[in-house]
Amino acid sequence: MEKKSPKAWLYLLPAILFLGAFLVYPLIDVLIYSFEEGYNSASQTHFGIGSYNYSYVLRDPYFLQAVKNTFILVIITVPVSTLLALLISMALSSIRRLRELYQTIFFLPYVTNTLAVGLVFMIAFQPTAYTDGLVNGLLSVFGIAPIDFISGPYWAKMFVLCFYTVWVVLPFKILILTSALASVDQTYYNAAKVDGTPAWRIFTKITLPLISPTLFYLVITGFIGAFKAYSDAVALFGTDLNAAGMNTIVGYVYDMLYGTSGGYPSFASAAAIILFVIVLTITCINLLVSRKHVHYH
Amino acid sequence: MEVTLKDLTKIFPGKGKHAADVVAVDHVDLQIPDGCLLGLLGPSGCGKSTVLNLLSGLLAPTEGKIFFGDQDVTDLPPEKRGVGLVFQSYALYPHLTVLQNILFPLQNLRGKDKLTKEEMLQKATEAAKLVQIDTLLDRKPSELSGGQQQRVAIARALVKMPKLLLLDEPLSNLDARLRLQTREELRRIQNETGITTIFVTHDQEEAMSISDLIVVMKDGKIHQIGKPQDIYDDPQDLFVAKFLGTPPIDLFDGYTKDGKLWIGEEAVMDVDGDYDGHLTVGIRPEGFVPSQTGAFTCGLQRLEVMGRDVSVVCQHPFFIGDTFRAIIDSDDIPKVTGSTIRFDLKPSKVYLFREDDEQRILFD
Amino acid sequence: MDKTKRILKKTALYLPLTLWALLVLFPFYWMILTSVKGYGAYNSESIPQLFTLSPTFANYQEVFTAVPLGRYLLNTVVFTLGTTALMLFVTVLAAFAFSRLRFRGKDLLFTAFLALMMIPSELVVITNFVTITELDLRNTFPGLILPSVASVFYIYLLKENFSQIPDELYYAAKVDGTSDLKYLFKVMLPICRPTLVTVTILKVIECWNSYVWPRLITDDPSYFLVSGGIQEIRENGLGRENIPAMMAAVVVISVPLIALFLIFRKKIMAGVSRGGVKG
Repeated sequence: MEKKSPKAWLYLLPAILFLGAFLVYPLIDVLIYSFEEGYNSASQTHFGIGSYNYSYVLRDPYFLQAVKNTFILVIITVPVSTLLALLISMALSSIRRLRELYQTIFFLPYVTNTLAVGLVFMIAFQPTAYTDGLVNGLLSVFGIAPIDFISGPYWAKMFVLCFYTVWVVLPFKILILTSALASVDQTYYNAAKVDGTPAWRIFTKITLPLISPTLFYLVITGFIGAFKAYSDAVALFGTDLNAAGMNTIVGYVYDMLYGTSGGYPSFASAAAIILFVIVLTITCINLLVSRKHVHYH
Repeated sequence: MEVTLKDLTKIFPGKGKHAADVVAVDHVDLQIPDGCLLGLLGPSGCGKSTVLNLLSGLLAPTEGKIFFGDQDVTDLPPEKRGVGLVFQSYALYPHLTVLQNILFPLQNLRGKDKLTKEEMLQKATEAAKLVQIDTLLDRKPSELSGGQQQRVAIARALVKMPKLLLLDEPLSNLDARLRLQTREELRRIQNETGITTIFVTHDQEEAMSISDLIVVMKDGKIHQIGKPQDIYDDPQDLFVAKFLGTPPIDLFDGYTKDGKLWIGEEAVMDVDGDYDGHLTVGIRPEGFVPSQTGAFTCGLQRLEVMGRDVSVVCQHPFFIGDTFRAIIDSDDIPKVTGSTIRFDLKPSKVYLFREDDEQRILFD
Repeated sequence: MDKTKRILKKTALYLPLTLWALLVLFPFYWMILTSVKGYGAYNSESIPQLFTLSPTFANYQEVFTAVPLGRYLLNTVVFTLGTTALMLFVTVLAAFAFSRLRFRGKDLLFTAFLALMMIPSELVVITNFVTITELDLRNTFPGLILPSVASVFYIYLLKENFSQIPDELYYAAKVDGTSDLKYLFKVMLPICRPTLVTVTILKVIECWNSYVWPRLITDDPSYFLVSGGIQEIRENGLGRENIPAMMAAVVVISVPLIALFLIFRKKIMAGVSRGGVKG
């Protein structure tokens, strides 16, 4: 009941070893890398210590493009997906028949391989030999001229990327919101009904405040997740994202590390730390905003 | 097996910076004869559960020693002590069936004690039969009533034939009717197995009804040890007198002078003793005998007839509290006129306690 | 009046739900449909065909012969099983120590563990890449698996669950003569099976879909996992841009997880909603 057992460390040893080797050590190491100037991965030498890596990355047009892409993606997909998920889960919570079927269908994208299904989106948006592709075929019904979504104008590509991202992240948000809505005590609604509260008021004064912690959680994780976007872009536009002009910050990190433009772990580290700082800042802002608006029990 | 506690002390360090240490068990000496069913009785926080945990080995004492027979077990871990323990919450393994729960301790036996599958099954079935749950062996604990769970817990504790059986508030989670039934059952099981058994309770009626011996504890100290009736008839101090008996003992401010016991302005009884002065008078409710010529005059509030007995609710300016009860036989219902009633007191039901240390003053 | 109102309300609820359901299902339909269209038939369509009357399974044959899709699948299975098994081993032991044992510095260590949850994998991937390269473990299963094993979040999840088991069960087991390890395996793990299943499922999904790390650490196609494999098929795979065959590959690698999902639907959804993580 009270004996201290040194054996505990034996149980913890595997976890400490794994986490130490692949999480703690790399974290320290990446900081060091990011300040080592002129690191050569072949000879493992560097010229000096300084902020050159950071200034290089911050001046690199590919990085700036990646930052721009990532921010646009975040600003569009986080609100859109959260709002859509809220609407869908509200509708789900108000129906009885076929509810499980809908829930199951809506969850499907969660268990799919992002890379694989991305290809399906790509071919649906891409022209084939004799057609402008499925989506354009659909658009032409409404008299819209064909758009090259995969290798055409920037906004067309960004639209596809955002669309796919929303498609991928929605299942998780719907699931979490549906269970949050289900856990709201029914007596609140009954009480409100007895008081003759109109529907919109029930929503804004009861439902929304009660699920606000969940909503807020989804917004925060949504921001973090969207800032780390990468594989959706690869699925749609291929591994050479710089050429497509659709790279993301994470994509930039990997490209710097490995691949045709790779071999620069110092630049990669600097970019990764910049990303980390951005995410941390946004999360802190979110936390500050939430203090005012989120209702905790 | 005889169990001996010698100078047993358990101190829990205070939590937080300035909190004082808590002395849960305070230099306790106790000898429990072989085959005895012992009730460890006291209010919550008196240290009785700590004593139980010290006996099981789940807690290590700060000072003192524990002997099982001649063997010093103070430093033995729980798994080596060979005790059976029944928890207040039963602590049945929820994922195992009744049979698997009972088999569990047997499967832990190693070396020369190791049993074959058949032997285990036989012992488990015997234990289940003993507590009469042999028809429920395939159920999960969640499918059983509280009383049945309790029996499974006892069977699990008994199956390895422990030298000592410990029960922590064994009846507290049962409803009133089941509690009566189960305590008879406990008595029967203990008689049949002859295992030295210690159970902890805060319910004096429970302890009185089945124990061979009762130990009354308060603030980590033993106040009295004895047979149930002896403790009731002969409490050594005010606490024990107050703790045992329903309805509780009635207490008055009084004093002795010139061989008489005085409550207020009435000399209610003759006392022989050399103590003169103020004291606390305890009178058992059944110690009042209504009498037209009684020495003790009380204000009558009402009569409550409860079948066999009648409880007379009275007031008295020197009663410590509000109203007190006298229990009298229903055949003796007095004809009362007016708002007073007079009693004679049975000397054997009157106890005197010193006001300072609350110890009993004996008189003839 | 009342009736029309009710019908209107129903439509307002079911219409958007059905629309989104179609949007979710359509890519699956489209990939299966395309995968059974012939190469020639697909490329000669003058308007996209929404169904086909002459399905062919030649594409499926091609992806298993022209590219080593079977190999990718096998690699992914080995990677997934290896990683998940090791993860369970590490996680269970650590969660047990945190929830049940007492030792010096426990609270401090657990806080440190929790703090580690904040570290994004993108940040540590760089050094891990260098470490594994230096250990000469590129294009090996240990190189793939080892950095993917530890997860603080799962330790936390399991520890919370372990802590809910009443202490009395542990004391009862102690008095019954049970060792710590035996108590863990015979009592704690069976009781916490739902959480173990959750953790396992989440890790399996995560492993099956993992792309970034395997892509970094393998350049030998015989060690590609399905994600890398599908990218390889897309970029240099089938000799020509054979979209129907590509879709066949997509179907093949999507089926295992979807099958798993349909079988354990309730468990997976409950698990994800409890775990609250995107795998």
